[in-house]
Amino acid sequence: MRTRCVSSIIVAAGLFLGIITVFGQAARAPAQTPAQAPAYRAPRTKDGKPNLSGVWQGVNEAYWDIEAHSAAPGPFWQLGAAYSVAPGVGIVEGGKIPYKPEALEKKKQNFANRMSLDPETKCYLPGVPRAMYMPYPFQIVQSTKQIMMVFEFAGALRTIYMADQTEAPADSWMGWSNGRWEGETLVIDTTGFNDLSWFDRAGNFHSDALHVVERLTAIDADHLNYEATIEDPNVFTRPWKISMPLYRRIEKNAQILEYKCVEFAEDLIYGQLRKVPLK
Amino acid sequence: MNHRLATFLGIAALLALIVVILLAPAPAAAQAQKAAPKAAASTKPWTAPRTPDGQPDLQGYWTNNSYTPLERPNGVTKDFYTPAELEEANKKAAEREEEQTAPGTVADVHYDFTQFGLDRSQTRLTGNLRTSVIVEPANGKLPPVTSEGQKRAADRAAERKKQGAQYDQVQNIPLGSRCVYSNAGPPMLPPGYNPAYEILQSKDTVTILIEMLHEARVIPLDGRPHAPEGYRSWLGDSRGHWEGDTLVVETTNFNDKAAFRGASENMKVIERFTRVSDDAIRYEFTVHDPSTWEIPWKGEMPFVKINGPVFEHACHEGNYGVANTLKAVRMEEKKAAEDAAKKAGSK
Repeated sequence: MRTRCVSSIIVAAGLFLGIITVFGQAARAPAQTPAQAPAYRAPRTKDGKPNLSGVWQGVNEAYWDIEAHSAAPGPFWQLGAAYSVAPGVGIVEGGKIPYKPEALEKKKQNFANRMSLDPETKCYLPGVPRAMYMPYPFQIVQSTKQIMMVFEFAGALRTIYMADQTEAPADSWMGWSNGRWEGETLVIDTTGFNDLSWFDRAGNFHSDALHVVERLTAIDADHLNYEATIEDPNVFTRPWKISMPLYRRIEKNAQILEYKCVEFAEDLIYGQLRKVPLK
Repeated sequence: MNHRLATFLGIAALLALIVVILLAPAPAAAQAQKAAPKAAASTKPWTAPRTPDGQPDLQGYWTNNSYTPLERPNGVTKDFYTPAELEEANKKAAEREEEQTAPGTVADVHYDFTQFGLDRSQTRLTGNLRTSVIVEPANGKLPPVTSEGQKRAADRAAERKKQGAQYDQVQNIPLGSRCVYSNAGPPMLPPGYNPAYEILQSKDTVTILIEMLHEARVIPLDGRPHAPEGYRSWLGDSRGHWEGDTLVVETTNFNDKAAFRGASENMKVIERFTRVSDDAIRYEFTVHDPSTWEIPWKGEMPFVKINGPVFEHACHEGNYGVANTLKAVRMEEKKAAEDAAKKAGSK
């Protein structure tokens, strides 16, 4: 665990670098995030906070690769065009993830071996921020002392402590989240991650020093602006940001359905241990 | 980190044990053979606190941790134990649960349920004086199974047999060991361990976080109909509404794999959550499945307060047990085959 002081210096330095980066690359920034809309005032809960409740979903191709990427064939020719890689402009501000050289090597290894290494294929909890832009909806359940995020994929959950905040009691897949309101924005500070989750299907990864600060702001009745600052001095040279809109699933019957995928991954994980092994 | 968590959980469990409050109403002798009273007549009516939206506030951390069996044990003829009898019954149940391999024997494996938090001693017990969770039928037993239900049970058993032995493939291993499905229900029966729940309310949903297998039941209160019949799931599709201070939840759309006590996918469960004191929720449920049981049956138990928080139970992600068991069985098969070959060769 790093001291707060070191962390703050790193954050400050990172923000400074980030500002330079943003100014330097404004023209090349991904076009996904809508331009800063005139301040929208979200409806309020009874306790006076912006009400972000609802079923939401990121609608983009970042689940394949959070960086810009071209269309590509899928990993199994048998699946043909149905499961090939959808092209995307990426959600990383500035375009590239600032990997340390050795970490970039590991990312390439991850990509090369993604079918055996990607935790998604095994139905493992997706981690943060990956859970936020997988191609499945999630629900924000907002109470006073806590806000919960309930994800369809793997039944993943996040509890965001708005009161009674503590440090993470142990490392976990989905991290330990403390939140606060800054005007219209829900700010979530998450630490206590293990080093096992990925950011996408392309092998982008982090260590257990990952620290994610997310900002969720309603920009109109049916859209949230989502930003996350990602910091991990073991893997990246500086903090970096992703951003995208989240879309409300406006169907009247929208709900989080059960997507327990453990059963679907059991032959992948244990198939070679069958009495008659799967080939 | 794990040590810190263990210490933290240990302290939480101790605190919980210190605050032992017996919940179930004291039985009057005259009522012993009848269905239990909802609350003792002498108890002051409890006014549930309200959420900012004005709904009865069920929020907080709760447990249904108990040794109370679903069905009344044979030989027990009354609805309620005395506190002393409950203590004795719990003690016996705990001894059975902690019984492991005999120390010093070849089969002895260091696998202490208490140490690994896999027994009921880690969390406060509810102190439920009932001799069974089932309150209707009045004998505390499941009602008779219909002929259709019996045929289904036989068909399911035959199907399982066709799949081979328990360790031939992962799919034959019980669902709980595979982190697929536990007692999360509904009905929500006490699991052997991880018996923590959290209820979170907003204006139009009640969410029940279940520690075991990190499940969340997000229950809409907006009067919407159930999901279409084509949608089937392990935990079913729940819809809730308030009846006075009671949250009533109806759940349908089960799959045919959970097969709760032999139920069909047409099972319907009605649950009623009523906060009866600062410390407790009365949880009642009725199971309707005319294709399995001749009559609906009903259960009741308390949920009592515990300290939070509820930590992530990444069961599948850390499931070394299934892989190791399968590996061990494959090794035994290989050794048996080698031994057989040797024997044949030496003849």
